[in-house]
Order: sequence, then structure tokens, then C-alpha cells
Amino acid sequence: MNNIVGMFRKSRNVLESGGITPEVEEKIRCPICKAIDTKRSVAKNKMVCPVCGHHYRISARTRIKTVCDKGSFQEIPMHLQTENPLHFPGYANKIESARLASGQEEGVICGTATIRQQPCAIFVMDPQFMMGSMGSVVGEKITRLFEYATEHDLPVVGFTASGGARMQEGVLSLMQMAKTSGAVHFHSQKGGLYITVLTDPTTGGVTASFAMLGDIILSEPNALIGFAGRRVIEQTTKKKLPDDFQRAEFLQDCGFVDAIVSRTELRATLERLLKQHRKGAGV
Amino acid sequence: MMTAYEKLLAARAQDRPTARAYIEGMFTERTELHGDRKYADDAAIIGGIGELDGKPVTFIGIERGRDLQERIRCNFGCPMPEGYRKALRLMKQAEKFHRPIVCFVDTSGAYCGEEAEERGQGQAIADNLMQMMGMETPIITIVIGEGGSGGALGLSVANRIYMLENAVYSVISPEGCASILWEDASKAADAAECLKITADDMKRFGVAEDVIIENFDAFDVMCEDLKKRLLSDIQEMERFSGKELSEQRYARFRKLGVYQEI
Repeated sequence: MNNIVGMFRKSRNVLESGGITPEVEEKIRCPICKAIDTKRSVAKNKMVCPVCGHHYRISARTRIKTVCDKGSFQEIPMHLQTENPLHFPGYANKIESARLASGQEEGVICGTATIRQQPCAIFVMDPQFMMGSMGSVVGEKITRLFEYATEHDLPVVGFTASGGARMQEGVLSLMQMAKTSGAVHFHSQKGGLYITVLTDPTTGGVTASFAMLGDIILSEPNALIGFAGRRVIEQTTKKKLPDDFQRAEFLQDCGFVDAIVSRTELRATLERLLKQHRKGAGV
Repeated sequence: MMTAYEKLLAARAQDRPTARAYIEGMFTERTELHGDRKYADDAAIIGGIGELDGKPVTFIGIERGRDLQERIRCNFGCPMPEGYRKALRLMKQAEKFHRPIVCFVDTSGAYCGEEAEERGQGQAIADNLMQMMGMETPIITIVIGEGGSGGALGLSVANRIYMLENAVYSVISPEGCASILWEDASKAADAAECLKITADDMKRFGVAEDVIIENFDAFDVMCEDLKKRLLSDIQEMERFSGKELSEQRYARFRKLGVYQEI
């Protein structure tokens, strides 16, 4: 947990470095319940508001730290670089600023890890990289992860966060939906377990492909999950939608989410499920 | 040379033949089959069994409707989740009885609405993508008009995809793209150009195998040619086992995407 705390610390405070006046600790105000807390204590709680349980959006790297056993995550190097196949105006700049903003090369991180000693292959989408949109590289990385997991007989735990297929790569982005769904299929055919954890937001082409294909589909509380965007639906139907529309709880009521699990409980849930699906566990 | 936007308008033209016309033009001894056996029958997706020169084939098509009344009933060719589930049911049935599957795609997209979300539009399309990849029978898809995003993809996980010459395929409607990029839906023509949506683009990207010349003035001739092409494709594909066909289909989609290995 120390690492997470570290990430939200700007610098060592004056007191620590031998100064006289203690620096005021950085505060964070929950956008839902407005409770004010120190960043440190929210981070300690895996970026979940200790008062109302609001789940902050977190980066893929932070997510990995909240889920995987310390030091267990091994990224699978794939050496893929995003191209601009349509010469889409402004795309190269968008990618560059997404890289700078997120510190990541692309919108998903793939690797292997253990979760309370249970080995798995894991992918984590990054909402901070062009809203986790799926272009060729994201599709290829997820596909390769499933192929790796199929070959090595590993379950896959996938965290989805995406605005959908990436418009700037046109139909090639769309085709990643078919490609990744195919990879899920062949992993499943070999008896592989796939658990998806839907996080805020999971929409569009990702919802209409691998996000909804888990053997078990978990979701973080209140995550936005849907196919079409709320605004598009309101424009099409000229009707105001209820506030809870497309929230995780709504999706569970409709029958599309197995369980809603708080980030603070997730490791225990994943451990249990992974254990129950270990090869030979049912024998 | 038509621009991408002109092609898009041609693909959407109201007098353009819809799926039903191709089905009636190519298949004989037809039985239309209805319903997803779970919730309802979606008129936006039609399907059934017919014969191509005596060979039983399952046909599935997204139908826009030929007149206003039909268009309203078909939801203007925007399928509901039950439409995709009906398609999947018919495909599973085809697989069981070793029938090839021919899909006709023509939609501006899967329906965007409250009920569609409640009944799992995303899940229904996702399931089609995955299950179609595993289908152990030949699948051929012909895009006859608009290939609108995930709604079109839900019937496109095929061994071969053909595009009519003015058909388009896109990840997002050019109008939607323009309003996101430039906050101005009227710049759809520019967006259509940027998005590379034409049949030739699809062939270049490897999304489509071939482009089919349109000849609506002699529609019966066009259907006859199309039928011959389908029959020869089916004959070629039936040399492979079901498993091989599924693997070939995956290999086909597996290589789609552009990136640099570093």
C-alpha cells in the first residue's frame, strides 16, 4: 500500500526534511458527499471515499497496485507503437498528449500477476489515456494477452474502462472488437476462466465486445456501463433518462452484471473465484 | 469519382434495394423464421432458410423497410438486442444442420434507446461476435448499404465480406464524428473523408475481400451473379472442416489493425 500513498504525495514535507513549519497535508474533497479528507487516507482506502464509498477513477498503474500482490505484476512487453493509418487530422498530437498526461504508451497495460497468491493474466485499461478508447494497439495487446493466457493455461482478469472504439483509427478500431472477442472465444474453448471487472466508464465498442464476455462479470459500484451514450439516447428518444440509468446497479437489475464489488473487497472476491476455478478445484 | 460522402448518401438512398430484395432475388423455397425465443421478434433483422440453386442456406439480413410503414416497423433498420439474438439463434441452427450462412448488412447502427440498453444491446452484439467466431460452418457477409459500427459488426464476423461499390463501413456515423471533432454535424462530408469508409478503403484495409459492382437497373442479373459468387465461395469453403473454418475466420480478423512493432 505504501506505493499508492507515495503516488499521491507531492514531495516530502518541510518537517521531514528538517524544516520548522509542518506543511499542510493535501486535502481532497469527495465530489459526491463533499466530505473533505486527506489524500493520503483516501489513497489508503484504494481511492474510495471513506465516508460515502465513492470510487474515484484511477489510472491503470494505480489499479494494478490496488489489486495485485505487491511486486507480483510482470508486464508482458509487446513493443507496439500506435500509428495513424487514416492520417486522421490531429490524431498524432492527441496520442502525444495522452502519453504525457497518463505516462503510458497506450490505453491498456497487460501482464501476469498474483492476487493473494492466485496466478492470473491481467489487463487493465487506462481511463486517462484518451478515455481508454480502443484502437489497433489496445485491441492487439488484449488479443495477445488472451493468447498468452490460453497458451499458459492462465485465467484472465480484465479491468475495463473505455469510451469505446477509437474513432481516429476508423473501421480498424471497430475490427478490434471482433478480434478480441475471437481471442476470448479460443481462451474459453480451452476451459480458461475470464473475469471482467467493469469500471467507470465502460461504454460503446468495449461493452459490445470483451467487457460483456466474461464468465463472471463484476462491476465497481456506480460505474457507468452502457452501449450508447446517454446524450445520444436522449437526443434519439427526446426523453430525459433517470439518473441511475446505465449505472452498475441498473445493469445488475437488468441481468447483465453478476455482482457489484467494492474496490476494497475486490481482492478477496477475486481470490475466492480464482481459487474455485483452479484446475482440479472441483474434483 | 464519387466522394466518400456521396457514397454514404447513395448507401442511404431510400430507393436502394434493401435486404429483402436480395433475399428474394437469390433464394428460392424460402421459409422466414421469427423471434429470438427469449423476448420478441425484431422486424429489423429478418432471417430464415432458403435455397441457392437447390442448396439449403440460412439467410439473415438487416432490413430497413421499403415504404414508410415498413420502415417504422423495422425501426429504420436499427436492430434491437432481440434482433441480434434472433440472428444468433438462426446461425446456431444453421451450424447444427451444416448449412452455410449468408448475412446482408444495412444499418446506420444498432438501436440507441432506453429499452435497447435495458435488454443489453452491448451484450447481445458481444455475444454475436464471440459465437460467430466459433461457428463451424461457412459465413459470408455482404454489406449492401450502410455498415454502421457495432450494429453492422454484429453480423459481420464472416469468412468473407463483400462490399457493394457504394456501400460504406464506419466505426461512427460521419455526423457523429463531426459533432465530436468540430461540434458541427453539418461537417459530415469532411468527417466521411477522414474516416475512410468506402468499399475500396475496406478492401485496402483487408476488412473486405472484394467490391461488387452495382447494377440496380438489371437487379435480377446482379442477383444472379451474386448467387454464383456465393455458391462458388461456399463450395470452396466446404472443403474445410468446421473447426478449420472457425480458425480461418479468426485468422482473418486476427491480422486486422495497424501498428508498428518496435
